[in-house]
Parts: sequence; structure tokens; C-alpha cells
Amino acid sequence: MSATQIVLMPAPRPRWRRRLRRYGPAWAGSALVLLWLLVALLASWISPYPPDAQDIVHRLAEPSATHWLGTDVLGRDVLSRLLHGARLSLLAGFTVVLLGAAIGIAVGVVAAWSRGLVDEALMRFTDLVLCFPPIILALAIAAALGIGATNTILAMLVVWWPKFARLARALALVQRSQEYVEAATVLGLRPIRILGRHILPNTFGPLAVLLTLDLGNAILTFAGLSFLGLGVVPPTPEWGSMVAEGRELVEQWWVATFPGLAILTVVVGFNFLGDGLRDWLDPKTRSR
Amino acid sequence: MDMAQPEHVTAASTQPVLEVEDLRTVFLTDDGAVRAVDGVSFTVGPGETLGIVGESGSGKSVTALSLMRLLEEPARIIGGSVRFQGRDVLAMRPDELRGWRGDRAAMVFQDPMTGLNPVLRILRQVTEHMVSHGRQSPATARVRAVELLRRMGIAAPERAAASFPHQFSGGMRQRVMLAIGVANDPVLLIADEPTTALDVTIQAQILDLLRSLNEEFGTAIVLISHDLGVIGTVCRRVAVMYAGEIVEEAATEAVLTDPRHPYAWALVNAVPRLDSPAGARLTSIEGAPPNALDPPPGCRFAPRCPFKIARCDTDHPPLMEVAPGRRARCWVTADGRRLPAPPIPAQAAPRSAAPEERPLLEAEGLVKHFAVGRDGFFGASRIVHAVNGVDLRLRRGEALGIVGESGCGKSTLARLVTRLHEPTAGRIRFEGQDITHASPAEMRPLRPRMGMVFQDPYASLNPRMTVADALAEPLLAHRRAATRAEARERVLKLMATVGLKPEWASRFPHEFSGGQRQRISIARSLALQPDLVVADEPVSALDVNVQAQVLNLMLELRERLGLSYLFIAHDLAVVRAFCDRVAVMYLGRIVEQGPALDIFAQPLHPYTVALTSAVPEAGRERVILGGEPPSTLSLPTGCAFRGRCPVARPACEVPPPLAEIAPGRLVACHFPGSFSRPGHLS
Repeated sequence: MSATQIVLMPAPRPRWRRRLRRYGPAWAGSALVLLWLLVALLASWISPYPPDAQDIVHRLAEPSATHWLGTDVLGRDVLSRLLHGARLSLLAGFTVVLLGAAIGIAVGVVAAWSRGLVDEALMRFTDLVLCFPPIILALAIAAALGIGATNTILAMLVVWWPKFARLARALALVQRSQEYVEAATVLGLRPIRILGRHILPNTFGPLAVLLTLDLGNAILTFAGLSFLGLGVVPPTPEWGSMVAEGRELVEQWWVATFPGLAILTVVVGFNFLGDGLRDWLDPKTRSR
Repeated sequence: MDMAQPEHVTAASTQPVLEVEDLRTVFLTDDGAVRAVDGVSFTVGPGETLGIVGESGSGKSVTALSLMRLLEEPARIIGGSVRFQGRDVLAMRPDELRGWRGDRAAMVFQDPMTGLNPVLRILRQVTEHMVSHGRQSPATARVRAVELLRRMGIAAPERAAASFPHQFSGGMRQRVMLAIGVANDPVLLIADEPTTALDVTIQAQILDLLRSLNEEFGTAIVLISHDLGVIGTVCRRVAVMYAGEIVEEAATEAVLTDPRHPYAWALVNAVPRLDSPAGARLTSIEGAPPNALDPPPGCRFAPRCPFKIARCDTDHPPLMEVAPGRRARCWVTADGRRLPAPPIPAQAAPRSAAPEERPLLEAEGLVKHFAVGRDGFFGASRIVHAVNGVDLRLRRGEALGIVGESGCGKSTLARLVTRLHEPTAGRIRFEGQDITHASPAEMRPLRPRMGMVFQDPYASLNPRMTVADALAEPLLAHRRAATRAEARERVLKLMATVGLKPEWASRFPHEFSGGQRQRISIARSLALQPDLVVADEPVSALDVNVQAQVLNLMLELRERLGLSYLFIAHDLAVVRAFCDRVAVMYLGRIVEQGPALDIFAQPLHPYTVALTSAVPEAGRERVILGGEPPSTLSLPTGCAFRGRCPVARPACEVPPPLAEIAPGRLVACHFPGSFSRPGHLS
């Protein structure tokens, strides 16, 4: 009341602590992802040995100063194979997810825009594909087309796009009923422009989150298929097949463990990054 | 029992129900503490009614939540005191608070749609806290609940009690909320914008109910609203809030007729009234409320104040007594002087269009039905009868208003004439060209000639496009500008036209306030130099002052550019201030049409009479219309209004045609003018 009264403003919590709690995992995730991307790019320069150089004398050597992560059954350096393996894993992950998303988003957005019969047809077909268990379908396709990285990626693509189609359709339907889309229609813009300039950019946030989270998933699936012997042709360094080669070597734990850890860190990295992205894009969690 | 303690009773009846002193509430944000409520003091005596008015962000709702201690982090009450019948509310423990809330003090919120638990029957929700506060046994609570529902004006209360909330309309739910609020005979009822989500006729019913609760049970009421008219019909006193402070407190009558704080003055004069002179511009003040993180050192209203003096910029004025029983926070009126009445501009030249000319827009027998979900798996699909045969003609240079309550089909009509929807039946002609079933490609060359402004300034702009891009887009798409540079030049000109600064061109919509966004929307609708602008509730989402700014802008543009408007609104006074002719819609049909001033001065259809009398303006004789509009899923036979009509007769079983009963005046009623305002009904 009186002019001399002092009102105590409570001090806000320290900014860095709130930031850390909110964005800590996201930063850790991006650091992991960035690390693996660098590894994939620089594999040829940073790996101590060529990935397929065999040294039968020193086969199944324990981790040591010469072979940091030990050697496998054929005496190949596990570290070098691991670093080179990052290339294929990340490449496969990105290819499957990016192409799958492109196909799925196109299908979903077109379905949402056209509605009616086209929507029905596209979405029922999507549902049909979605009915198959992804790994089994990919197994069947890989078996039919033959073994090889390209065929595995193709097989994964077939089962990968439907989830993007569903999400994209749902998001586009929400945007479609917004007044700014009506406003664009009243201005006489062409449908292709309304889709491209108005609807798509506004569905991008949730799609980007799914895309990021899905990268880890795709890498894991690719490794899984390779583990089952459907991924890559043997000498190619790949994490899943490396784990497969080491699965019966109980004494020589390092052969399977390190590629397994590589898969784990990459998947966790993408998951943290995706979660962080979701929080960051969500205005409700962002404002506090 | 009262006889035994007479002193206690007299003490209780003179002791104020609520004493708020220097209440301060802040929101802790990343950028610092936002002072939402900054030193608010007021007192409410037993049975008194106090209104709190202010624009959005003025702190009125936070005040109410602070009183009830309903705030959660990051909001925090950092100072002051709240006393309820002498008890310190801010010192109550959680269990004491629980016992007090809903028992002695109750609160009703704005949104009746989310205020009720959707999975519990109404009865359970009304009895719940009567029982939990130990006031009633479950059996007596049930009897009382039905009685309360009846008292709140719910027809067939037994059946209502057994229903679920989704079976009720907004107005009915608000009645249930009020029944819950007063179930334990509270001493104080806080109502936060209880009628904002409701239509005028339903609003009038609820306000009437609030007033009778106060008169019959002596419940003290704190009513929070952005609308001075609403407060004027219920509250004897009003506190005007601005930037977290009370800037004026006085009898409501006094503020309405003779406001002493410039902000209250602006609020009073920004609202168009049904009885204000024709052609008057609204008073609007420029600018926006100050940043609550860092309010100006002097008077917080000084940057926008049209009356400010030197002292206002440096000295923060206290709430001073400016006249007996009235306080204002203003240096200008501190010595008891009054603020001048707003200037009434010279009456605009009578706006009339040449009647013989071919109408710009013409609709005949327009019908639009929407199919909605089926009634069960094998049921027939249900049909919403949104528009049921509308004829209208809009001449060049004319402004035609369409008014009606929500669900009357006015927005659908707007989307039919702009061909966002395709009509089920009927005919639409734009400049003589039939566009009833024109394909999108056929419509495209016509699009530049019809602009549209939407209701929600937040949803009608693409959040990912800058203002410049949004305005340039139509120009480039229709090749009205050959290059980006040329488009940009036009964009800057457009922005100047609607009063936006050129340096804002590269900003995104979320960086603007609601009023500024609506200006962007208007600029976009004008980009292609249209002949016709269809405006669907362009100001209903805006604060009164911003509403006045936008309406003035639209009026000015109309005179300058010779636009024709199809203006859709639910606010009658706004339509009267803006339009030459008005069509009143009820259940998808036009029930009355004619010159705006005539219709509001002398309504002929009983629905128009009720609608105009329901407008909350002080001193208005009210006709409280019972019931609610029938469902659009199954149209009533005969006159659609007959179920609510106070003068319905057997002849009304035959649907009345829209007949011209005087030059330019059309009414769809068998007995036009048989029901007039001084209501013998209410």
C-alpha cells in the first residue's frame, strides 16, 4: 500500500538447470548422432586397419593396444569393421526412412486433400500393407529378391511408408479444415500450391519427430535382418552380421558386444534427439 | 438457533464477505516475473454484486483464480491479503481450502463445455459436493439437486439429472454449473466470463438467473467479464482493470455514463450501442497494453492515453477518491473533473446504392445440407439442415449484415456465396454469372473479385508464412505482379492501407496481436482489389477496443475503395453500426430483412424483438426468450420459431413466407409487429 513497501520477487530457478533438465537428453542424443555421422564419413581415415584385412594368426585376439576392440574369427580388427559398419547402417537407415517418408507423405497428403474415393482406396491399401508384420514381410521380400544391402533396403521400404502415410494424412486433415486453407482457396490458389505452400509446411513438425525417432528404428531393423543373414553379403562390414558372427563365441565376448553397443548408442541417440525435437516443437512444453 | 446468538448474526451480516488488499500475483517465466495482478484491493459486502472488467491480459481472471487460490506454478501470490468473512484465505491449509471452496465460496468458469465431467451423470455431479461437504445425506442431496436444476430453469429436471453432459447445450451446461455452484448456499459466487461462450438470448437467460440468485438468496457475486454491458445488467459496482491494476472503481451506472479513468472512458465508448446515433465512428485508442514484465514508471495507461498530462509519464497515480464513492487512478480526473464525451463525427453521407442496377451478388432459394454420422451402424445418415432456402441480393457499394445466433447457418451462407461449399439447391449469381455449381477452375478467375475475412485471426493466417509472403502470394498467383520486387512494393502499399508498419513485413503471424492479425487478414482480402468482401464474424474474437479499431478501418476502406460487404456477425450493435441493410437468420432461414436502422428501431418479427432486447445494455427493457433453438438435424414443421415464440398461434403451423410488408422490409411472420418490446412476459 504505502510507497515504501518492498515487494519481494521470488528468484526464478537458475536458467541452466532448467535448460539442462529440458534439453539435456536431446543434446546428448545429437552428440551421439553427430559422432556416428562423423565416424561414417571418416571411417577410411580413422580406422587402424582395412576392414577386411585378415590376420589368421591373431584370430580372436582379446582387446589390446594393437587391436583396441580385439579381432574376430578371421582375425579382422573389430574396431575397423565397426567404424566401417557405421557407413552401411546409417546409409540404410537414412535411405529407408527418407524414401519411406517421401512416399508416405505424398500418399497421405493426396489422400487427405482428395477425400472420397481416392482417399478410401489409398488408405485401405495402406492398411493392407500395415497388416503385415514388418520384419516378416521384409524377410519374405529379401528372401525372394536375394541377399544384398540394396534388396534389404528395398524390402524395408515396402513396409516402411504406411506409418508416414497415416500420420501425414491425419495432420493434413487437421490443417485442411483450418481457416487459412479456406482463405487460400478464396484467394483462388491452385490446389498444388495450397498443398505445397500451406498444408505441407504446417505438418512438418510432427513428421520430423517421427522421422528422427524412426531412424533408430530403421537402423535396428536393418541390423536385425543382417543378423538373420538377409542383410549383406558376408565380407561387408555390418553391425548386425558382426553380432551374428559373434553370437556363439561366449568366451570371446568382444566380437558381438561392441557392434551391439554401437547399435544401442545410435538408436538411443536418435531416440533422445527425436524426443527433444518433439518437446521443442510442442508449444505447450516450450513455453515453460 | 439464530435467536440464541443475535450479536453473531449482526456481526456476520455487516462484516464484508470478501476483503482483498494489495493482492499481487506473478507468473514466473524464463524472462522474469510477469506481474499479472499488481496491488489489487476491493471489498465485497454481504449480498453485494461487484463486476471486474478489462481486456484480455488485464489480470481479471488471474485475480479471480487468486481469490480462490486455484493458481498453480508458475503463478505465485507474492503479496497482499484475501480475507473471507474475516478468515485469511492465503493462510489456509490445503484441507481448510477444500472445505471452504465449493461450500462457502463457489466459482463458475467460462467454458461450460469442459467444466463438467463427461462420464458422470448430471445428478452425481450436482450432489457430489453437497455430500462431500457433509451438508446433505445422499438421499436429501438428490431431492435438492432436482430442485436446484428446476430453479435454474431446466425443463424436466428429473430427466436432466439422469443425463450426461454431452446431451446438453452450452446454455444448459452453464445452468448445471450454476446449480453446482450454489448447491451449498455459498456466501460468495465468483463467475468468470460465464456467458462469453453463449448466444445473446441464452446469455440474457443466464444473466437473469444470476441476478435472481443474488436477489433471492443474498449471494454476493463477483462477475468477471470483458463486456461492460454484461456487468451493467447484474452488478451494482464495477472495478475496471488495466495492466494488473484497478484503474477505476465506482457504481456501474456512474462508469457507464461518466467514466473518470481514460481507459474506462475508452472501454465505454469503443462499444457500439443499439441506441447510438447512426453513422458514428467508434472511439478507439491506439497501442497495446504495456509489457507486464516491465511496466512504465508513470501511469500504465499513459502511452495510450488521449488526455495525458506531463505528470502521467513520471508519477504512478494511486487509486484516489475522485467523487463520493468512486475511486480512479488518474491524475487528470484527480480533482473531480469529468472526461469529455467523445466527438461525434459529422454524419456520413447517406450511403445508398442505385437500386435499379444489377445486383453484385444474388442468391435464390439457397439450401445446404450436410450429411453427418449415421444413427448406429444400420441407421440412416443424419442430415444437418444448415441453410434452408435463403434469398438475398447485395447491391454494389452496399453493406449487408447477416445476424443470428450460433447454428443459424450464417457462416455456412458465407461459405456458400464464396463457393467454399457447393449448395445443395438454389442458385447463386455473381454479377449475373451463375456460379452455383462452378468448378474450382471456373471459380479461379472470379476469385480476385471476392475477398473474405475470417473470424479467428489466429487460425486464418498460415503460421509459417511471413506477412509479406502471405500478402504477395495472391498477387503472384494471379499474375497481378510480374516480379517479386513489384509484389513487394504492392505489399507495402497494402500494409500501409490497413495501418501496419512496413518494417513488420518480414514478421510471422505469431508476433502480432489479434487486432493486428485481423488487419493482415483484411489486407490479404483486399490484395486483389475485390468488389465484394465477405466478412465472417471479423471482430467477434477481439477485445472491444481492438474491435473498434478494426471496424473503423473496415468502414474507412469501404468509403475509400467503394467495397461491398457481406458482413456476418452475432453482435447486433456492431451490425447496426456497420451495415446499410440487415437480414436476421433463424434456423437457416431469413426471418426479417430491411434497412439496419429501421430493423433495430422497430423490429417486426418476434425473434428480432427478442434478439434486440437481449443485448446487454444498461436500461434496456428485456424480453427473456425461453428455450433454445431447435436442432438443425430435424427441422420443425411450420414456422421454425413457433416453439419459442411468445405470440405463436395455430396459424403458425403453416410456414410463413418472407413477405414485403413495407418498402424494403421483409418479414417471415404471419403476425408481424404483434409482439413488441416493452415485454409483458419477463
